[in-house]
Amino acid sequence: MPVPRLNIINESIRNLYYHVPMWFTMILLFTGSFIYSIKYLRGGNLRDDVYASQLTNTGIFFSILGMLSGMEWANYTWGAPWSNDPKQLGTAMSMLIYFAYIILRGGLKDDEKRAKISAVYNIFAYALMIPLLWVLPRMVDSLHPGNGGNPGFNQYDLDSNMRMVFYPAVIGWFLIGLWIATLKIRWGLLKFEKENNFQFEFEKNHNNNA
Amino acid sequence: MKKRIIFNLSLKKTIITMRKASFITTLLILITAIISKAQTANEPEMADTMRSNGKIYVVVLVLATIFAGIIAYLIRIDRKISKLEKNK
Repeated sequence: MPVPRLNIINESIRNLYYHVPMWFTMILLFTGSFIYSIKYLRGGNLRDDVYASQLTNTGIFFSILGMLSGMEWANYTWGAPWSNDPKQLGTAMSMLIYFAYIILRGGLKDDEKRAKISAVYNIFAYALMIPLLWVLPRMVDSLHPGNGGNPGFNQYDLDSNMRMVFYPAVIGWFLIGLWIATLKIRWGLLKFEKENNFQFEFEKNHNNNA
Repeated sequence: MKKRIIFNLSLKKTIITMRKASFITTLLILITAIISKAQTANEPEMADTMRSNGKIYVVVLVLATIFAGIIAYLIRIDRKISKLEKNK
């Protein structure tokens, strides 16, 4: 597939198929987690909490991959892995917010309490991620292609050759992300079931003894 | 007798951890060697490997990173599942 010929970016324009879908997948997974957090708060089913937490974990994994791939690329196009680009800063901030989610969950031992507090935190984290990733970087100039007067692929991709690869790639990465998330959710549900069975048996034995 | 068994067990554990540590150090040495090589090639002019052929190797690097990341993550999930299976 031929790609637009641009200075500085050169062939690394093909990173569009890998770096950008990482963020799309992350946003998809965080959105899923956001929905399940609301569902948990409305219904109080701890299984929804397992869904929300594992979707967030997988989303964080994809954000790390996106950050690494972006820094590797920036090293050869912007000259340094980190140049305080508004998008880099916004992403770093929302990544830190989501890291705090994991730490928060790790710090609370009681199941119900952990589920409730982390669901509320997750909703706030998602609400903060939207302006940090979608609004603020667009209000200032960014080094990213397609921002701040830099040519993006959409200005040069006149015959839509890149779109023909990019959109299927996005769908593929979505599916990979969802698949990994379902693996983690299945593991979480199994663990949840086992712990609750154990608790159930313990209570039964305890009652019998008493 | 019991003490001896415990001692053997702990010896085995330390040997395993030492093996793991040596594996990690070899990996680290390899990575630093690669990075230092890339940096020395970076200094004099633009014609280093990463920038050759229209920076196509940047794409290769990114692909390799993502692939390695996904494999590592899947192996972690695999370990977690086996741990769950063992505790049945």
